[in-house]
Amino acid sequence: MIATILKRRETMLALAILALIALVQTRFAGFARPGNLAAIFNDSAVLIILALGQMAVILTRCIDLSVAATLAFTGMVAALVNAAAPGLPIGAVLLIAVGLGTAMGAVNGLLVWRFALPPIVVTLGTMTMYRGAIFLLSGGEWVNSHQMSEAFKALPRSLVLDLPVLSWMAILVIALFVLMIGRTTLGRAFYAVGGNEHAAIYAGISVGGTRFVAFTLNGALAGLCGYLWVSRYAVAYTEVAQGFELDVIAACVIGGISIAGGIGTVGGAVLGALFLGVIKNALPVAGVSPFWQMAISGIAILLAVAFNARSEQRKGRIILKSAEQAHAAPAPATGASA
Amino acid sequence: MSATETSPGRVIPDRLTGPAARVLRSWETLLVAVAVAIFTFNSFASPYFLDPWNLSDATFNFTEKAMIALAMALLVIAGEIDLSVGAIVALASTAMGYALQFGADTPLLVAIGLGVGLTCGAVNGLLVTRMGLPSIVVTIGTMSLFRGIAYIVLGDTAFNGYPESFAWFGQGYVAWVFSFELVLFAGLAALYAIVLHLTNFGRRLYAIGNNPTAAAFSGIRVERTRMALFLLTGLMSGIASICLTSRLGSTRPSIGTGMELEAITMVVLGGVAITGGSGSILGVVLAALIMGLVTFGLGLLNVPGIVMSIFVGGLLIAVIALPKLFLGGSRWRRSPSR
Repeated sequence: MIATILKRRETMLALAILALIALVQTRFAGFARPGNLAAIFNDSAVLIILALGQMAVILTRCIDLSVAATLAFTGMVAALVNAAAPGLPIGAVLLIAVGLGTAMGAVNGLLVWRFALPPIVVTLGTMTMYRGAIFLLSGGEWVNSHQMSEAFKALPRSLVLDLPVLSWMAILVIALFVLMIGRTTLGRAFYAVGGNEHAAIYAGISVGGTRFVAFTLNGALAGLCGYLWVSRYAVAYTEVAQGFELDVIAACVIGGISIAGGIGTVGGAVLGALFLGVIKNALPVAGVSPFWQMAISGIAILLAVAFNARSEQRKGRIILKSAEQAHAAPAPATGASA
Repeated sequence: MSATETSPGRVIPDRLTGPAARVLRSWETLLVAVAVAIFTFNSFASPYFLDPWNLSDATFNFTEKAMIALAMALLVIAGEIDLSVGAIVALASTAMGYALQFGADTPLLVAIGLGVGLTCGAVNGLLVTRMGLPSIVVTIGTMSLFRGIAYIVLGDTAFNGYPESFAWFGQGYVAWVFSFELVLFAGLAALYAIVLHLTNFGRRLYAIGNNPTAAAFSGIRVERTRMALFLLTGLMSGIASICLTSRLGSTRPSIGTGMELEAITMVVLGGVAITGGSGSILGVVLAALIMGLVTFGLGLLNVPGIVMSIFVGGLLIAVIALPKLFLGGSRWRRSPSR
C-alpha cells in the first residue's frame, strides 16, 4: 500500500518540491514561511490554470501552442475595454475576456475537428495570427497602469480569507477539474480519445467533438488568465506572456502528462506547475541570476520526460490467460523489451 | 479479394492519372502558381519591387531559415520534429562570440559554429534515439536548455566586433547580385534534393516516416538514420547561425528567436506532411521563396513585421485547409493527430 503510494509520480513530485523548499529554507530562513509559500502559489496561479487547460488538450492527443497568444490577446482586449469604458463592471470585462478566449479556442478546435488538421500546425498558425492581431488592435501601443480603473486592477489582489482572489481562481479551477476529469463522461472521454482513438469511436465517443471541447475549454481558461495577467501586472502590450506556452507544456510534462495522450492527472499538472513556480521563486532568493531559469527549466523538462518514458513503457496486454502461456513459450519474437 | 470489387458499376481504371495530369495537380505546381501570382502582384503594387538589388536584399529574408528548413524537411518526412533549431542558432552564435573574446580568427569561428550545431544535434539525437523519447518534448526541453545557456553566458549584454573576413558569410556577394548566402542555399538545396530523391538514404526516410516498425523489419537502421537527421539539422542550424551572426555582426541571446516556427512553416507550406512520410525538397524551396516574396512585398508596402506574421500564420493554415475543402481530403487522409 505504502509502496504503491510512494511509486506514484505525484508523490515523488510533491516530495521533490518539499525537498527543494527545505533546501532553500536551510540557507535562507523564511523561505518556507506560510506567507511566502502562499505568495509562491499565487505567483504560480496562472501557470496552474493554463496547465490544467493544456492537460485537457494533451490528454486528447493534441497540443495547443496558441494559449499564450490567446492570453495576451484577451488581456489586451480587456485592458482596452476598461480604458475606453472605465465604468463597465469588472464582471462584464471578465465575461468579455472569457467569452473571447472561448471563441479563440473554438477556432482552434474547429480547425482540428472539421478540417482534421494536425493540431501542432493549426495552433502554430493561430499563435502567430493572434499575436499579430494584438498589434493591429493596439497599434503597438501599451495600455499602462494609469489608463486602467482601480477596480480593474484590484480584483486579483483583493483578499478573501487572507488569500488573493487570483489564488482562489486557481483553487476554483483545480476543484472544477477534479470534478470534471474524474466524475463526468466528458472527463473520461478525454482519456478515451487520447488513449485509443479507434476504441473511443466504437465506444460512441465523438473523437473530433471531444477535441473541440478540450480546445474550447483551454481557450476559455486562457481568456480568464488574460484578464488576470493584465490586471495583476497592470500593463498590456503585444509581447505579454511571450513564450509562456512552453512553460505551460513544461508544467504538464513535468507533471507526468504523456504527450502521446491518454495519461495524466489533475494533481500531476498542478504539481508540475508548482514545481516550476518554486524554482522561479527560489532562484532570486538563492542569489542565482534570473538568466539561469530558462536553462534550469529546460533540464527539468528533459529529466521529467526521461522519467515519464520509463514509467510509461506499455506492456502489451494479453487478455486470455491461455494465450499468454502460449505466447510465453516461444522465443520473444516481437517484444523488444518486456 | 471478392466479387464485390469487380461488380458492375464499379470500374477500376488501369492507371489512376496520367503523368501530365499528375504534375499539373501536384502541390509544387500550386506553389509555383502562388509564387508567380505574388510576384506579379508585388511588381504592380510597388515600383521598387523589380529592382535586382532589392530582390537580392529580399533573399536575406529567407535564406538562413530556409537552410534549416531543408534539414527540417528530412526530419519531418522521417516522422520527427526539431523545435530547438532557433535555440541552437543562438547557442552557436554565443559560442562564436565567446571565442571571439579570446581572439579567435574566422576559420576557428566557423569551426566552432559548426561544432556547436553538431553537438546540439547530437544531444537531441541521443535523447530521442537512445532513450526513446518523443522528439517534440525533447526539443522543447533542449530549446529551453540551449537558449538558457546563451542567456547564462550573455545575460543582457552582447558580443560585438566580429572580424572583417567573418562578415563575408552574411554580407558578401559571389557575383553581381548573388549573395554568398543565396548561392550557398541554392547549392545546399540541390544537394538535399539529390540526397532525398535519388539515394537509398532518401528512400529510407519515407519508409521510416510511413511506418518505422515496418522499416525496421525491412532492414533499415531506423535509430541510426534518425540520429543522422538530428545531427544534420544541428549542423544546418550551425551554418545558419554563422550566416546570421555574420550578417548582423553581433550576438544577443535572443538571436534567432522564432526561427523554428518559420522553418516549420516553410516545411509544411512546401507540402511535407507533418505526420511524416511524404514531401519534396522542391516544395520546401518554393515555400521559402513564397514566404520571402510575401514578407518583402509587404515590407515595401510598409506593413510592419508583426502584421506580416498574421499573413504567414493564415497562409500556413489556409494552405493545409484548402486542399481538404476542395479535394475532399483524398490526398490527405491521415490520422489527425500530430
